[in-house]
Amino acid sequence: MVRGFGGAAAFPDEVWELVFSFLAADADRNAVALVCRGWHRIERRSRRRVFVGNCYAVAPAAAVRRFPEVRAAAIKGKPHFADFNLVPTDWGGGAEAWVEAMAGGWPHLEELRLKRMVVSDDCLELIARSFKNFGVLSLVSCDGFSTAGLAAIAANCRNLRELDLHENEVEDNCLNWISHFPESFTSLVSLNIACLEGDMNTSVLECLISRCPNLKTLRLNHAMPLEKLVSLLQRAPQLVDLGTSKFSADHHPELLSKVESTFAGFKHLKSLSGIWEAGPAYLPAIYSVCESLTSLNLYYATIQSPELLKLVSECKNLQRLWVMDLIEDNGLIAVASSCKLLQELRVFPSDPYGVAPPISLTEHGLVAISAGCLMLHSVLYFCRQMTNAALLTIANNRPNLTCFRLCIIDPHTPDYISQEPLDAGFSAIVESCKDLRRLSLSGLLTDRVFKSIGASANRLEMLSVAFAGDSDVGLHYILSGCKNLRKLEIRDCPFGDKALLDNTSKLETMRSLWMSSCSVTLGACRQLAQKMPRLNVEVIDERRGRPLESWPDDFPIEKLYIYRTVAGPRSDTPPCVWTV
Amino acid sequence: MEDLDNLKATELTLGLPGTSDAPEKPATVSSRVNRRTNEECCTFARNRSEDTAAPAAKARAVGWPPVRSSRMNSCRARKMETEDNSGIYVKVSMDGAPYLRKVDLRIYNGYKELRNALDDMFRCFSLGGVEAHIGESDNAITYEDRDGDWMLVGDVPWEMFISSCKRLRIMKGSEARGQ
Repeated sequence: MVRGFGGAAAFPDEVWELVFSFLAADADRNAVALVCRGWHRIERRSRRRVFVGNCYAVAPAAAVRRFPEVRAAAIKGKPHFADFNLVPTDWGGGAEAWVEAMAGGWPHLEELRLKRMVVSDDCLELIARSFKNFGVLSLVSCDGFSTAGLAAIAANCRNLRELDLHENEVEDNCLNWISHFPESFTSLVSLNIACLEGDMNTSVLECLISRCPNLKTLRLNHAMPLEKLVSLLQRAPQLVDLGTSKFSADHHPELLSKVESTFAGFKHLKSLSGIWEAGPAYLPAIYSVCESLTSLNLYYATIQSPELLKLVSECKNLQRLWVMDLIEDNGLIAVASSCKLLQELRVFPSDPYGVAPPISLTEHGLVAISAGCLMLHSVLYFCRQMTNAALLTIANNRPNLTCFRLCIIDPHTPDYISQEPLDAGFSAIVESCKDLRRLSLSGLLTDRVFKSIGASANRLEMLSVAFAGDSDVGLHYILSGCKNLRKLEIRDCPFGDKALLDNTSKLETMRSLWMSSCSVTLGACRQLAQKMPRLNVEVIDERRGRPLESWPDDFPIEKLYIYRTVAGPRSDTPPCVWTV
Repeated sequence: MEDLDNLKATELTLGLPGTSDAPEKPATVSSRVNRRTNEECCTFARNRSEDTAAPAAKARAVGWPPVRSSRMNSCRARKMETEDNSGIYVKVSMDGAPYLRKVDLRIYNGYKELRNALDDMFRCFSLGGVEAHIGESDNAITYEDRDGDWMLVGDVPWEMFISSCKRLRIMKGSEARGQ
């Protein structure tokens, strides 16, 4: 019998490392690290990928020290509601501390992915200088940097494969940053610059594209005129993922046939986006690639319903569709009958503030999709009306939903036929869709819906709630149920102290909780912070300048962000944020 | 239920149109009142016993609907969608000039072009005999937005500007500086 079964001594470290290398999921590697000291040591020395869901949950130095051989890191900063301007711009999420620690401790780092962080040009320069084999930089929803920082990346990262800039706020102060890629640079596989505002020097870009034979993904910004786009694309017929620039121009037959032949030349194109301001004149040029597309993002394409309908009907193999509500119910019905492989649908509002005449996109479109697209598992849907019956039908049609985000644009909108709250509908969703991992609620909702969610949503990891509920009981249902809840974000709900204080230990099992415009008082925050030292309880208040200590216990909190951390209170809080 | 709603609409109150007075306790499930967008304001007040940061007459909440601000290009999308080739004509007045002009905001691609155009139009009305170029330091171009406020031209993205601009006014430098 082998002594110390499972003990580290039974096999050399390299064998265990090889075994552990088959564990892809971080959760599995974390579990392995808890078995014994030996495994902890072996696991930490061999971990190559690290994901930090909250940049303040752990000190950068600690992470770098524990996992010395990391090659790929992904870090997230601000809370999700920062996307909707609910988080003060100076709240935090700065990347310097992490980049400095990584520069010192992970010289072999190859991939860095940052989301909702403040990244300065100095950070970018440090990245460019510190990692000799740097290959992948992905910045999503970040701000704080300019094209000068990108120039540093371009100039110094000789082996860069992927530069992915997704929805960042980038200051444009270095117009020709693309020309900083040296002539010898040929390794680019993926380039996404769709979020940049400025004009690009097309000939420099063409040169770059021409000398990178492995380029598979190219997403341009809107600035490039169509003629220039076409000549650029003719250099890259091997593209798999294309985001075009402006897709409209005055009608010229030669240009049209050039666009058509360029698109006909794409034999491997699977993903298409951009198509800014597409006019009916040039849109048909896309038809030749439709059949092979698996992903289509028409968010910026200002196409009317008839053209949209024609376009999506051609895309028989579509798995992902992002589109404006201009597609209307008719368009979605067509999608439901043509796109049988559809897995993810996002429908965005073209007119979020309701200033234009209303569009005929209702619950019927979503119901049709749920009936026709058997593989549908992820939905984001903005609309203006909903019924419990429709939600019930959707729940019954698609028990395989994993992500259901419904936004009925006017808060407190009831079932427009019965005038009832939408409790029954959303309850049906959570009861039927056993694998639901993400849910966003909207419309008129009472505490009853939270009872269902708490009881049934066992796999739910992220919940977004706005303008819902009657009392603290609603929040209590969520916090005392939802076994796998990681992120909870709430705004404008009558949830307060009692539910928080009755469920303090739940908060340590979650990554974070955001509450704004609710009914939480400072006293409850103080109690919570005292009871749970491993939570940072951040009170955010932009209204007054007096220090936190002078406010009374019954002072109502404007915004509250609570997250678990082993790093203690952070040292970079701005004036409007207090760690209680 | 509809009768109740109609009665409520005819009640005399001191509030601004579209707001309700005291915070309402939510009705029971069986007799749910149909809330409309105008009552958004009172639902903010609903959560608080005292009148703290309840917003004013604007019925729109910050960050709602939850669409990313970078995607506010959607406003542009909607504008373009109507393929409205009719221009956006707004009156332009300049202090001291005997008559006004009209410009079509659609034909310009951005602020620079607009300033140049206004410069061409109003150059002949030099102030106090001195050739004053519009858009340079001694003149401020302002516009009246949808809310009736006078705003300085140039702060917001161009598309947002042309969709909210009702008229333009070129102010003398001294007045712009509040002197």
